[in-house]
Amino acid sequence: MKLMWFHLMPYTELPEDFRDKHPSVWVDIHSSLFDPKRAHHMYNDFMDEMEFAADCGFDAICCNEHHSNGYGLMPSPNLIATALARRTTDTAICVMGNSLALYNPPTRVAEEFAMIDCISGGRLIAGFPVGTPMDTTFAYGQNPSMLRERYLEAHDLVMRAWQEKETFAFNGRFNQQRYVNIWPRPIQQPHPPVWIPGGGSVETWRWCAEMDYVYCYLSYYGYKAGQATMQGFWDEMDRLGKDRNPYRAGFLQFVGVAESHSEAMERYAEAAEYFYGRCLHVDPRFASPPGYNTEATMRAGLESQVKRAAEEATRAPSEQAQAGHNKPKDQLAGVTTGTTAGTRFNMVARNMEDIVERGYVVVGSPKDVAEQLEHVAKTLNVGHFMLLLQYGNMSKDLTKYNTKLFAEQVMPKLKPLFSEWEDRWWPKPMEKSARAALPAFRPAAAE
Amino acid sequence: MSEPTTTTVDVNGHPCRVWTKGSGPKIGFLAGFGGLPRWIPFLDHLAESRTVVVPSMPGFPGATGHNILDTHLDWLVATRTLLEKAGLDGADLAGSSVGASFVAEIAALWPQSVRRIAMIAPFGLFDEKDPATDVWAQRAEDVPGLLCANGEIYKEMKAMPAGANSVEWPIEQTRAAEAAARIFWPLGNTKLERRLPLITAPTLLIWGEADRVMPRSYADRIAKAIPAGAKITTIVGAGHLAELDQPEAVAKAVLGHMG
Repeated sequence: MKLMWFHLMPYTELPEDFRDKHPSVWVDIHSSLFDPKRAHHMYNDFMDEMEFAADCGFDAICCNEHHSNGYGLMPSPNLIATALARRTTDTAICVMGNSLALYNPPTRVAEEFAMIDCISGGRLIAGFPVGTPMDTTFAYGQNPSMLRERYLEAHDLVMRAWQEKETFAFNGRFNQQRYVNIWPRPIQQPHPPVWIPGGGSVETWRWCAEMDYVYCYLSYYGYKAGQATMQGFWDEMDRLGKDRNPYRAGFLQFVGVAESHSEAMERYAEAAEYFYGRCLHVDPRFASPPGYNTEATMRAGLESQVKRAAEEATRAPSEQAQAGHNKPKDQLAGVTTGTTAGTRFNMVARNMEDIVERGYVVVGSPKDVAEQLEHVAKTLNVGHFMLLLQYGNMSKDLTKYNTKLFAEQVMPKLKPLFSEWEDRWWPKPMEKSARAALPAFRPAAAE
Repeated sequence: MSEPTTTTVDVNGHPCRVWTKGSGPKIGFLAGFGGLPRWIPFLDHLAESRTVVVPSMPGFPGATGHNILDTHLDWLVATRTLLEKAGLDGADLAGSSVGASFVAEIAALWPQSVRRIAMIAPFGLFDEKDPATDVWAQRAEDVPGLLCANGEIYKEMKAMPAGANSVEWPIEQTRAAEAAARIFWPLGNTKLERRLPLITAPTLLIWGEADRVMPRSYADRIAKAIPAGAKITTIVGAGHLAELDQPEAVAKAVLGHMG
């Protein structure tokens, strides 16, 4: 299986009373909390950590796009990816990804991804998220009622821009360009592998299957909450007659490795509690702009609620009491799900015991972690793990410790999984001997 | 309160509900933010002396077809078509909030198609120094009190009636908010101000004294931009959707203006 190292690039110095004093980590987070000189060190530390992960042998390093966000300092992941392309040699570079509807014209994405693919010698994984409501509709002012239509059209434009050999006119509903002809063009042919991060909508699953793209479930709520979604994905693949190749899927998981479970609990508690306590403090008013979720998705959610209520009603009162009838439904199984980002934010566990209990973060000794992750990989049938080994305010030292221990003692146990399957969705770089040699980094003044 | 007659007209291949009640000269009404999932007392007051005709715009309760309208021109043409098919060509036209914005547009672009117009706190403008409230970035529980001085009235209007489809009803309410977003996201500014000088119909502007969405200063801007000016009436005890808070007073002001 593929083990990929993911960085969200959180601002690491949000104040302790952030939850009480500030309404939201996203959209209208106050500028006074941002110290650019501290961010200078954060960015440099984060990029060091990603390069370190590449050196440790992770299959890929991953970055993503957020806007006006206190836990994601990458409005442009392409800048980070480009810098990493120059400081790594063999690791795949996964940009997870560019929110297509935010680029005007979307050919900008085709161009920049082609640049990264050329600079890196064909190591790019091209992620195309719709983007969260906070990023797209509020921070970037996109119309929630048109976001998905614009996204799909932008996707069509980018894919054509990569593949058509002649200059063409694009006569779209939202984008019209007389001359589409991108320079540079991607090394990977016919195009870099396309991965789609998505929630649990059937439309997205079907689209990924139809287009032969990787579906990624990037949830912060771990494998327990992810189970139903991945089950739904594979059921849909069965219905569509697709094979169960685990490399059709990617899954995000937070991990903390130490010598023992108790040591891991101790070492990673602060960073995990920082992330779930401060970084996911999002004002619910930004979570559900009308039109962001399709009516089909709303209908599926409401129908399952109605069904669940009907089942509850037919149960005997004693059974209902045992099932914790007074608790919110989504907490019954000790997992964090919910029909909207808003309901999920409200239910987040914030102390280390609960965070681990609910499966948000997998912690333990290398042996424990390997066993747990093997179980997760097999249960969810995912061939691509996107691992968060840095989160919250985790220091560079602890991040490197976590990364190294994972690479040395967990990775070897997981790598052989799914060896019977081919990963058709992995980058195909140029032959190593044909690639440019990167000089060792040395500032010119030091020569 | 008796029920109106319901008919359906076709706009761009999608059905749009039209309610009709009363007798006498016609008066059209275009609903405000959230649309009209049910008949409201304000319309009964109008129907006491007029034939009140209430066409539902695409995407608002009782109508679909909002998601094929991509530009403001698409919306204007669809609304004009809707009014014609509802038999309102040449009639008096009133509207609230989102709907009021289209009353202004129709009066500006097709001046012969309306007689007199009345607008309750229309959308369409944005002033950085006196910004309209973001009606979409709201917690669900805050919406009723934002739209009405008495939030309970809005809640009652939106509450699912017995026997309604418990899946489709909430989707219809979200769709109404989406349709408004499709037209007015993110600021509500459709540059209506540029077209106001084309309005020739005698105009009444109605503003809830406790409107928490549209600043009162917009009434003056609108009145100033219309060559013949506009009469401004403030309604005590009313919020943004003044016709819900004070149905009788708003109906009286509208009917008084229409003559």
